Amino acid sequence: MITREEKFGWVLASPYIIYFIIISAFPIIFSLILVFMRWNMLSSMQFIGLQNFFTLFQDPLFWKALMNTFTFLIIHIPLQICLALLISALLNSPDLIWKSFFRSTFFMPVVISGVVVTLLWKQLYSTETGLLNNILLGMNLEKIPWLTSTKIAMPAIAIMATWKNLGLYIVILLAGLQNIPRSLYEAADIDGASRIQQFFHITIPMVNPTLITVIVLSTIGGFSLFIEPYIMTGGGPLNSTLSTNLYIYQQAFSFYKMGYAATLGFMMAFVIFLVVMLQRKYIEREI
Amino acid sequence: MKIKLLKYLGYLILVIFAITFIYPFLWMISATLKPEIEIQYPNLIPSEFSLKSYYNVFMKIPIGRAFFNSVFVSGSVTALVLVFSSMVGYALAQLKFRGRELLFSIMLLTMMIPFQVTLIPMYVLMVKFGWVNTYMALIFPAMISVFGIFLLRQYFKAFPKALIEVARLDGCSELYIVFKLVWPNSIPALVTVGIITFMNSWNDVLWPIIVIRKQELMTMPQMVTLFATGGQADAQMGTILAAATLLAIPVVVLYLIFQRQFIESMASSGIKG
Repeated sequence: MITREEKFGWVLASPYIIYFIIISAFPIIFSLILVFMRWNMLSSMQFIGLQNFFTLFQDPLFWKALMNTFTFLIIHIPLQICLALLISALLNSPDLIWKSFFRSTFFMPVVISGVVVTLLWKQLYSTETGLLNNILLGMNLEKIPWLTSTKIAMPAIAIMATWKNLGLYIVILLAGLQNIPRSLYEAADIDGASRIQQFFHITIPMVNPTLITVIVLSTIGGFSLFIEPYIMTGGGPLNSTLSTNLYIYQQAFSFYKMGYAATLGFMMAFVIFLVVMLQRKYIEREI
Repeated sequence: MKIKLLKYLGYLILVIFAITFIYPFLWMISATLKPEIEIQYPNLIPSEFSLKSYYNVFMKIPIGRAFFNSVFVSGSVTALVLVFSSMVGYALAQLKFRGRELLFSIMLLTMMIPFQVTLIPMYVLMVKFGWVNTYMALIFPAMISVFGIFLLRQYFKAFPKALIEVARLDGCSELYIVFKLVWPNSIPALVTVGIITFMNSWNDVLWPIIVIRKQELMTMPQMVTLFATGGQADAQMGTILAAATLLAIPVVVLYLIFQRQFIESMASSGIKG
């Protein structure tokens, strides 16, 4: 017999079930099929076996994009973690005045569209008329070709992304810090431990679970890098800021290589999974 | 003495960081009011005020229409997410039915699938449905939020079962219970889900770029992006930054009003997501 609860359970959950079939199950299965196909959306699909994977492994641009994305992550994540830890620890001091002012200020870029932030920084970074270079000139320093040098462009984007997201990680870490019992610090005070010692021996170990969350979140976020290079550099100069997502976008919507783009998507899902697993394993053991 | 020095150093660091966060925004606003030649300098007060940059934006692109599209799309998405997440969240939290645990595990699993995998098939689906260049393409894929379901389920779990039983005995339908009984008691959770959904929808740009090609259907971020990168702005920095400022204003206004809710919502979404 079907009870009233049973019936209404399914009725109320039905929007998700319908959504799951259309927006999750179907796309995943379809994507799995596309991986073995050549398809430009105009002519009919053509089965090509594992050809897409062979292409992928020999595609220098894909590996370039993957390396670029890793360059971005290697600069972005440590910079972000260190700054967020420093600022959230400072904000956590018990007698700080203007605390909510500081918190709101650092959080501002988080709520603002990446489009706005990127357009703003594109101007700040401009080599000839950019604000940063004008300030450098004013201090009698040399101009930096922020977005026009193959070596500096990706780090420049990573710095901007850190500025954009820092507030979010400050707030998450701050919540973690506030959960540390004050009594631990008081005991350390009595034992004569300095503030710096307290930071490394109490704060860091106690905030470790939150730290892992932050690292995983910013890794996943970093792998979705798209609009920043799309607006700032279009992937240039010489593909030095081509991110994997920008590459997938180009393959799919500039060249209409749907099968290949789906293969790239799967490859990236695998890479993200692998990186996050490694991070969890490594960091949990380390600290 | 040493403690005091450390404290001042702490303030100094915070103030320097605060300046690097506030100054660029002030400079951006000032750049939209300056003569073009003056933009490259760090001064915040323009030598002469001019609204020419804003005038250019309004002359060159239908930014008012884009604003309407953004409000309509983000508003619909937020309303639908709140309604559907509440229904599903309530079913998962308060109703016992076969398959409930399975459904919950499926949700957890789908949350871990990166959007890179589903992006291409989703676009194909929109083409097959004939939804490319319609509001449906922007609203439909976003109207269920697994994050919203999780958060509301968690919140609804604490709702007293006895009250629900009483309402049932009075002959109330389950939908009535969700929206007339549980909702008024769940305002903080609804605000959290609402803010995050609205913000994500307002700021989304990758998906609109893919499914919308007609200018009159573009949302603000997409229109501003294409305006800035497509050469329509004639590389006039003041004009580009004026368009960016217009795009930022609605969310900034909401942020200034609901600061605490924004920050707490995002912090909790970070921890749970």
